[in-house]
Amino acid sequence: MKIRVEQNELKRAVGWAARTLPSRPASPLHAGIRIEAGSDQIDLTTFDAETSTRADVSAVIDEPGAAMVPGRLLAEIAKELPSQPVELTLDGSRLSLQCGRSNFGLPTYPLDQQAELPQMPEHRGVVDAETFVEAISQVQIAASRDDLLPPLTGVRIELSDTHMTLVATDRYRLAIREFPWRPSGGGNELNALVKARQLGDLAHSLDPTDSVKVALSDEEDGQIGFSLAGRELITRVLHGEFPAYRALLPDSASSRVTVASDDLMSAVKRVKIVTTERNTPITLTISDDELLLRASGFDDALAAESMECQLEGEPLKIAFNPELIVEGLNALKADEVDIACNGSSKAAVFQATGDDSGYRYLLMPMRFS
Amino acid sequence: MSRNQIRRPDATNIADADDRECTILHIDMDAFYASVSLLEHPHLVGRPVIIGGAANRGVVLSATYEARELGIHSAMPMSRARRLAPQAVVLSPDFARYSDVSASVMTLFRSVTPLVEPLSLDEAFLDVAGARRRIGSPRQIAAQIRDRIHDEQGITCSVGVAASKFVAKLASTLCKPDGLQVVAPHQVIAFLHPLPVGALSGVGEKTEEALFRFGLKTVGDVAATPLGTLQRIVGQATGKQLADLSWGRDPRRVQPQEPDRSIGAEETFDTDVDDPEIVIRELLRLSDKVAARMRANGYVGRTIQLKIRFADFSTITRSRSLKDHTDTGHEIYSTAVELFAGLGLQRARLRLVGVRVAGLASAGSVPEQLLLERIEPAWRDVEQAVDRLSERFGSGAVQPARLVGPPEELA
Repeated sequence: MKIRVEQNELKRAVGWAARTLPSRPASPLHAGIRIEAGSDQIDLTTFDAETSTRADVSAVIDEPGAAMVPGRLLAEIAKELPSQPVELTLDGSRLSLQCGRSNFGLPTYPLDQQAELPQMPEHRGVVDAETFVEAISQVQIAASRDDLLPPLTGVRIELSDTHMTLVATDRYRLAIREFPWRPSGGGNELNALVKARQLGDLAHSLDPTDSVKVALSDEEDGQIGFSLAGRELITRVLHGEFPAYRALLPDSASSRVTVASDDLMSAVKRVKIVTTERNTPITLTISDDELLLRASGFDDALAAESMECQLEGEPLKIAFNPELIVEGLNALKADEVDIACNGSSKAAVFQATGDDSGYRYLLMPMRFS
Repeated sequence: MSRNQIRRPDATNIADADDRECTILHIDMDAFYASVSLLEHPHLVGRPVIIGGAANRGVVLSATYEARELGIHSAMPMSRARRLAPQAVVLSPDFARYSDVSASVMTLFRSVTPLVEPLSLDEAFLDVAGARRRIGSPRQIAAQIRDRIHDEQGITCSVGVAASKFVAKLASTLCKPDGLQVVAPHQVIAFLHPLPVGALSGVGEKTEEALFRFGLKTVGDVAATPLGTLQRIVGQATGKQLADLSWGRDPRRVQPQEPDRSIGAEETFDTDVDDPEIVIRELLRLSDKVAARMRANGYVGRTIQLKIRFADFSTITRSRSLKDHTDTGHEIYSTAVELFAGLGLQRARLRLVGVRVAGLASAGSVPEQLLLERIEPAWRDVEQAVDRLSERFGSGAVQPARLVGPPEELA
């Protein structure tokens, strides 16, 4: 095998493939990138038993062939190389890589031991990367990082005839975003649970201008695939039952308060300074035109700040974990935020005022004495 | 000396005491270990029974009143007790049962008033000042507690009711067994002064001898002695104390027990165990037990500790702090199992396992992050339901299926 390829194209393709590679692979083969040279392009593939990726790069092929090399190593090298053509040559069991005046030699893995890549499942529709990436970043913050609750470490993706829905919850809060997409056919309502981290990685690798094709198999424990020009990612969906969350979304509110989002965020950040202990709530006392934030911390340290607000409904006192408010406001990216509450022990719903982006952040309060 | 020799005073004129100001109760179970053990051996009721170590080693821990009549008393060497009462039945102590009964009794006390100061498994001071409006006069409260202990636990107790700890304790001692005595403030002098000096707390054999040498035989004698003289006889501090007590002055208040720093339970296996299944099942049992105790005392905790003692007695502990406080056995158990799995033991032989929860706080004081409903089995609800069932039908009435043994074989 002997090929020539542009550095920045190689860098991007290898970056796509390498992002999903496991940091502690069960076998070195799982952490490898396979390079396959055809007639006018090379295919880069990875497969770690759960997730496979494919990326192609146009190249000048002097001699077709294939080789598999340590993936992260190749990605690091491709990233740092000067912006010049890169020449890859398989020399016995070593792959030599030359670019400008830099030379590298990489070990290769035997090709015959590589497992067969999974097939891309059935195509279901197309979504704009810009919306998709934003939705992923808004929703994945609510996924649990606790591996003891596997289904909650995932983001649930629901596909309907009109909308795509992403939803995640760690039991303390729930983030949901519904947005239009372009389904390929009609009829089927499908859903899949995908590891939040995996989706986050995917979002990082997308350009806002991309259109992402979504593919999903029919079976219960099937595969979900995402593809765009020259790139593919297929991963196994997560096992387990995602909570029946629809019933948790309130359809009315006894108090609805509207505040400037940035003001609320800065106020929360200031007030929470005194809450040095984990799990210390800050309380929001909401009256007709004023929102009062208050917290107390170690050794009776105190903080309070008031801000203007508009209230529709009953005055209320409610307490939250300040970190979770900040994360929610960050994800909302709104000028004004509506907080809809039903008493001090039911979930409050944060939503951008007058916004129909379909993003809601449900946050459970803390019980305070 | 002291206690056994104190006789009941002639109590006829203090029967209907005015008890409103007598808010301190001293409650003492009668022959506690013996009474509890007899619940399991009802055919022995009415016979002299001694609780103590088997064989001739050890001392008498407790004895029924029938045995006491034969001269047996606590702390007497077993060998001597056997010589004195060869016809007495000797039972070995069942401490697990004693502490169970004790915990139930203390829980009952705490349902009357938060001011409970346990002195031992079978004895406590209560200050019922705050319960009078709710329940009734201290005498009524005391009578009610005595009835409930008898109904619920099948044992008797004696209650002294007075305005001070000292007098309350004396009163309960003097009305034993199965008695109730109220000593109203205006009766204290009449109650105290005829008693021998040994009745005053702080008077041991030596002090008593010293007082006797000066002809001070009763509390009344001490009361009539000028403070300076008393202090020359028994020293500054003791002198002052005796003078105060002899007039019924005892300002000590009921000190509710210091909050626990941690709550734990451990189990020594009958024989060393190397089967992880058995260990894990034991962790489940211990976790549930610890959690039930935490809930009963209104605690939540954050740090779960696992203790392992190997066959060679070497001992290790591992702990992990949770994100939130907990009081559910389910959560304690899953953390304990993780800690155990983290040790990566390859069939090591274990002698003991223990589970402990530290970082305790009272349940109401900890802000609690609420969970979205319907997302998880509500373990706390389940376990609280089990608590209520255990209260009615005894501990173990409902337990995890994994802890239920195979059905007992028919004989």
